[in-house]
Amino acid sequence: MRRGNKVWWWFVMIVGILYFFLPLVATFIFSLKAKLGVLSFLAYAHVFNSPSFVYNFSASVIWAVFTIVAGILIFLPTAYLIRLRVPQLRTAVEFITLLPFVIPAIVLVFGLVRSFSQPPLLIVNSPVLLIAGYTVLSMPYMYRAIDTGLRSIDVRTLTEAAQSLGAGWGSILFDIILPNIRVAILSGAFLSFAIVIGEYILAQYLAKPAFAPYMAYQMQQKAYEPAAMAILSFALTWAAMGIISVVGRGGGQAQVGGGH
Amino acid sequence: MTAMNVEKRDAPQARPARPKISWAWLGVMPFFIFAFLFLLYPSSTIAIRSLIDSKTHAFTFRYILALFQNNYILRAYWISIQISLITSIGGGIFGFLLAYAAIRGGLPRFMRSALMTFCGVASNFAGVPLAFAFIALLGPTGMLIGWMKALGYNPYFQGFTLFTFWGLSLVYMYFQFPLMVLIIAPAIDGLRKEWLEASENLGASSFQYWRYVALPILLPSILGTMILLFGNSFGAFATAQALTGGQIRLVSIVIGSQLRGDVLGDPGLGYALALGMVIVMALAITGYTVLQRRTERWLR
Repeated sequence: MRRGNKVWWWFVMIVGILYFFLPLVATFIFSLKAKLGVLSFLAYAHVFNSPSFVYNFSASVIWAVFTIVAGILIFLPTAYLIRLRVPQLRTAVEFITLLPFVIPAIVLVFGLVRSFSQPPLLIVNSPVLLIAGYTVLSMPYMYRAIDTGLRSIDVRTLTEAAQSLGAGWGSILFDIILPNIRVAILSGAFLSFAIVIGEYILAQYLAKPAFAPYMAYQMQQKAYEPAAMAILSFALTWAAMGIISVVGRGGGQAQVGGGH
Repeated sequence: MTAMNVEKRDAPQARPARPKISWAWLGVMPFFIFAFLFLLYPSSTIAIRSLIDSKTHAFTFRYILALFQNNYILRAYWISIQISLITSIGGGIFGFLLAYAAIRGGLPRFMRSALMTFCGVASNFAGVPLAFAFIALLGPTGMLIGWMKALGYNPYFQGFTLFTFWGLSLVYMYFQFPLMVLIIAPAIDGLRKEWLEASENLGASSFQYWRYVALPILLPSILGTMILLFGNSFGAFATAQALTGGQIRLVSIVIGSQLRGDVLGDPGLGYALALGMVIVMALAITGYTVLQRRTERWLR
């Protein structure tokens, strides 16, 4: 009976592996078929040599960098002060940081567009709104990553030591605390990066250049180049998750998210 | 006595702590301003405008009631609910089996960490590239379809197409079951080996062990995670949009078209639709949290 069980579990695992890899293999093989009759990386060359790809992809990278910086600037002081000075706000802050799970991206962008497309808040065309939206989407992950990092160090002692040496608040936060939780910050940052690079809805509806909407557009125009982009997108997601698990080394919290 | 005197003399010095608290309140202000502007204000805009007549600006329940009466809206909710139910139950069962196979199935050790990494990637791999990957596999000229054609069988002649409800469900499973694996794995870890040994020593069959020991412990967690998967699929938009170009009219797709142009014929209906979606999501997250807490009692 034991052996029978084991065969069954192997079967489950193999179905899972096939389900996971077949779409990727199909996409990869398809992406190599741009040149008639032979397998080649021609589609990848087309993608990387296309100015519109470079434009849209670098736009996404820039949005991701701003999102990460905004996330650190807003959530680090908050998580730090919650831990040290105003613990009575913890429930409120944690509730807010989980709200993006309740408000789907499509509803968020609906609200953002309708709220900010009339004076006095006419910023619907500004990249600020896009970055703010991305920051909201990555908030549950970024905030939790920072909070987990703060839990692992002795915030109080570090702060008191820094204060007695005459450090101000800015230098305590960014010269003392930040380097001590860099692993946590990095994992939050790479997760945010993966979310922003793959995100379709916000950029599409706020009419800003970005990788995912560009890829969706190319899907209607071309065959092989979108396949190459899908593989690139998958490789980036994989790299981001890989870096997180390497820097985190075992402290692998469930990393889930993304714009479905 | 002396100690008390010292304490009394020192007491006034404790005062200066006060200004620090107000500095701390000031320090968390950016967070609250940010959250208000870009999260709370836009969502309350949706809630408020679904209660206000878009022409007369008077208070009305008309739009909320329309959610239960307007056939177009009802159908959108019904399709979203169906696809979420199917992919949360299907993805939940398959994800559970997969996690159990990797953790307790007696498979090689490395399978477990490999599975966790794959699931971390797959649960984040969604939207446009996911839709494309399935078109490359199961689209009219997809790899698997090509293999079947070579064997003399073309599913597309038998009425199969990827761009329907069932095709979309199959694609959704790709981000559903990995989420189940990631969340349920700690609960499976929490099943102690001693419980299995104890029940075997008492002569329990494998079925009895599952029926009376393992399932009662895991069930709240399994159900809770399935509810989370339900929300995960209910809120999804990009995958469906990229796969079918909006042909399958899920709630999220209708909200998307409402944003591009007023397809419902009244802006107020769009707000009510979005509000309904948020309420379903809130119920799902609450259900998940409650059930997850019940499991945690066992997993210390």
